[in-house]
Amino acid sequence: MNLHEYQAKGLFAEYGLPVSQGYAVDTADEAVAAAEKIGGDRWVVKVQVHAGGRGKAGGVKLVDSLDEVRAFAETWVGKNLVTFQTDENGQPVSKIYVESCTDIDRELYLGAVVDRGSRRVVFMASTEGGVEIEKVAEETPDKILRAVIDPFVGAQPYQGRDLAFRLGLSGPQIRQFADLFMGLSKLFHELDCSLLEVNPLVITDAGNIHCLDAKVNIDSNALYRQPRLAEMNDPSQEDEREAQAAEFSLNYVALDGSIGCMVNGAGLAMGTMDLVKLHGGNPANFLDVGGGATKEAVAEAFKIILSDEAVKAVLINIFGGIVSCAIIAEGIIGAVEEVGVEVPVVVRFEGNSSAQGRATLAESGLNIIPGESLVDAVEKAVAAAGGQA
Amino acid sequence: MSILVNKDTKVICQGFTGSQGTLHSEQSLAYGTQLVGGVTPGKGGSEHLGLPVFNTVADAVAATGATASVIYVPAGFCKDSILEALNAGIELIVCISEGIPTLDMLSVKARLDVSGARMVGPNCPGVITPGACKIGIMPGDIHLPGKVGIVSRSGTLTYEAVKQTTDRGFGQSSCVGIGGDPIPGSHFIDILGLFQEDPETEAIVMVGEIGGTAEEEAAAFIKANVTKPVVAYIAGVTAPPGKRMGHAGAIIAGGKGTADEKFAALEDAGVRTVRSLAEIGDALADITGWD
Repeated sequence: MNLHEYQAKGLFAEYGLPVSQGYAVDTADEAVAAAEKIGGDRWVVKVQVHAGGRGKAGGVKLVDSLDEVRAFAETWVGKNLVTFQTDENGQPVSKIYVESCTDIDRELYLGAVVDRGSRRVVFMASTEGGVEIEKVAEETPDKILRAVIDPFVGAQPYQGRDLAFRLGLSGPQIRQFADLFMGLSKLFHELDCSLLEVNPLVITDAGNIHCLDAKVNIDSNALYRQPRLAEMNDPSQEDEREAQAAEFSLNYVALDGSIGCMVNGAGLAMGTMDLVKLHGGNPANFLDVGGGATKEAVAEAFKIILSDEAVKAVLINIFGGIVSCAIIAEGIIGAVEEVGVEVPVVVRFEGNSSAQGRATLAESGLNIIPGESLVDAVEKAVAAAGGQA
Repeated sequence: MSILVNKDTKVICQGFTGSQGTLHSEQSLAYGTQLVGGVTPGKGGSEHLGLPVFNTVADAVAATGATASVIYVPAGFCKDSILEALNAGIELIVCISEGIPTLDMLSVKARLDVSGARMVGPNCPGVITPGACKIGIMPGDIHLPGKVGIVSRSGTLTYEAVKQTTDRGFGQSSCVGIGGDPIPGSHFIDILGLFQEDPETEAIVMVGEIGGTAEEEAAAFIKANVTKPVVAYIAGVTAPPGKRMGHAGAIIAGGKGTADEKFAALEDAGVRTVRSLAEIGDALADITGWD
């Protein structure tokens, strides 16, 4: 789960990490009030969306007057911001973050991830701040410094000092950086983060370490024990259908093809999409109805798939393990009757009670096309959607 | 022979009296698995499915001599259950549960690595040696005792590979679902090494998916260590970057972990890859010369 910058900085502040004074606001009036409260005559105003590349897209601005603060908020609240990380519609802006202005001498990078290869939490630091770190890693991998956290004893201050010296910091900055490193590691572990980034981490004109941006992703599996963070979720930043699917414990990802897919199991759902593509069609979505697919879940899955107007045919691929195909068949019949499906539906059943499931569908009188095998079902779905793309 | 489990493997179940534990324990017993008891704290001394229930894993091990444990407890309790099993001297831990926090698994894995015990899962269908021992949630009846070792990150994709090898009469020596999480207890290379050493396994099917670098590591391992024929399939060629595809571990992050990269690494290691999951059986027949 992603957090907004203002939420991440709120958490940073709770952990005593150096962030600017700032306020997240919903309206232009509140934006002006926030700037007055901060004081001074320069502010940074930032749209709050779950996407990188805000600056280049005009979503971050340095402003010198309250009129400019107002104008920025009026321009953006209620609009969508399109960046290189979003789709062509962009992400909706409902909050603006108004922040005090920071003088920048140097820009650095500091981040932490769960590294799957080493199975450790790994901190990365670089002198190349303010740019895409993936690009730095690709082009100049020697500019990425690493510190690996020992899972038994946790982060140690010497690791922070080591990074600080290697970044070329000096004097009081060493201590400041080590404190930041320790604080971020504490935050990462206590809040079940999956990713944490400060980009850029800056050295101010006065020589102090300061977190200019903050990005925090939380491990969705851990939200049950992080209720306060779970409440920070902003569904407006997600695809509407994906958010709807999540409510019914369905895994749905929208794609841009014409064949709606409903499959049990995440791996098989991906494999089915790949087969559709291999046989000349284009999948409209990834959808895993899960191992314990109920009639209600199948009905909901149909609704979500069919709410995509690009869908010209639906392919249902079920390998019954514990779940019985006969039960899924009843779910499909109920859903087709309830939802009123008007596009061709191709069904392939295999495994647990598959013969019974096929018979139930055949006897229903509904226009459901049986797939004799996996490939046969895929070919029929591609043909039903209007042939090869 | 086979890997990990056989007809003599004594198994206990953690979360035995819960709904999942009960359902799948019944099916394991019906399959002939030597399930010898279960653990539910507070219910020690009672009986469930005709088997003894213990308060702790240590009690269960002492009374039954079990060497394997299957875990069905809710995700939030898995770290505790896995560490309890480790501490009680269980040699094979199979964790079926889905949704374990990544940082829990990170510390569990570090402990596993220094313990000498083996863990399969989490978020997996389990382990089966057909005709001998079924630990997990896979349907027993699609399997056939035989000569193909199957290792996979996905449940239902494993079933597809099993069905294709059963339909052709090749059968399976053992099937291991390593699970779809970013930090699994066992990686492909751990299981591939066991299949290479197992005399009953004549060929190997490996089913991977997008995300992480486990398939690339498997490719390097196969190149250096595996002499048996290997067929590999990777799911997720059409998956968009940055989206979690159901499994917590199935995500292309920062442009890394794509199916194409994994196919290329495996092909470079001499592995026979298939782009269609329906062609696993055909490819096996082709590279082994089996009818």
